[in-house]
Amino acid sequence: MGSVFRINSMRSIYRTIAGGTLRDIALACLAVWFIGLSYGAIAVASGFPLWVPAAQSVLVLAGASEFLFIGIVAAGGNPIAAALAGLLVNARHLPYGLALPDVTGPGRGWRRLLGSHVMNDESVVFALAQEDLPRQRAAYWACGLGVLLCWPAGAVLGALIGSMITNTGAFGLDAMFPAVILALVVPALRDRVTARAALIGAVVALATTPFLPAGLPVLLALAGVLGIVTRKRATR
Amino acid sequence: MKDTTLVVAGLLTLSAGTFAFRFSGPVLRQRLAFPPWANSLLEAAAVVLLAALVATTALTEGHGFAGPARPAGVLAGGVLAWRKAPFLVVVLAAAAVTAVLRLLGVP
Repeated sequence: MGSVFRINSMRSIYRTIAGGTLRDIALACLAVWFIGLSYGAIAVASGFPLWVPAAQSVLVLAGASEFLFIGIVAAGGNPIAAALAGLLVNARHLPYGLALPDVTGPGRGWRRLLGSHVMNDESVVFALAQEDLPRQRAAYWACGLGVLLCWPAGAVLGALIGSMITNTGAFGLDAMFPAVILALVVPALRDRVTARAALIGAVVALATTPFLPAGLPVLLALAGVLGIVTRKRATR
Repeated sequence: MKDTTLVVAGLLTLSAGTFAFRFSGPVLRQRLAFPPWANSLLEAAAVVLLAALVATTALTEGHGFAGPARPAGVLAGGVLAWRKAPFLVVVLAAAAVTAVLRLLGVP
């Protein structure tokens, strides 16, 4: 990645999205950094060397699946089985990509590859919350690159500090991730049809969580969308 | 850590598979021409996925209930977001409510 290009694109990101949105993205990245701290610390405390959370945080770049991988392997599970469980958790990125407009922008090569890699819950939700395509692109890249920096930085620092900070629960940090996503989907939920679909989906996910492997309940939530489809058919 | 080779294999499997999920969505979307109603449906689908993610990460831990402190904090954040409070206020309020409840002994 040429530094000139990076400076130019960061400048255009700064011009395109409002300062408020950029500040919100920074806060979301800070929350990611905190969760990364606990991730690195937990990984080391579970007996993994530093390079495992470090490599995963860069190459996988999807927190929930990394926690799951570490947890399963630490409990004596097979790493390949742990990877498959993590993939189930990450399968939601496929429908994300179908839903997003062309947020990575023009260009094929590395830009497309990097643009795909920085797709995560935060960058998707920030992009969807913007009004037009230029802003969606800017928000997607700003948040995606921010998470790409903050998640590994947090994980490595957490692994170095070790078990000092495994008790993130005391500060309510575990409430930050759902609150970040919720704050950003609330505007979309003001639409009644979407809200009903989301409610059905959330109930399906919660009802199936006790019985199914992690990741599957969230995918089953897509059943909520069927409600919209049948409605559309009926009104036609 | 038991078997480094196996852990590396698992790590690479997870990395490659996750990238494949991320890469194939936009590619499929470019290849297939979706009518406008399908586009709005796909966008609703993303909102539904994100809402389900909020519900499960707020309320559950593993396969069970996470305890009342975290969902209470997220709910407080949700109410503030609905009333159009700034993002910063929403997220910090969620963490603060959860932290205070835990301080009071709520799990």
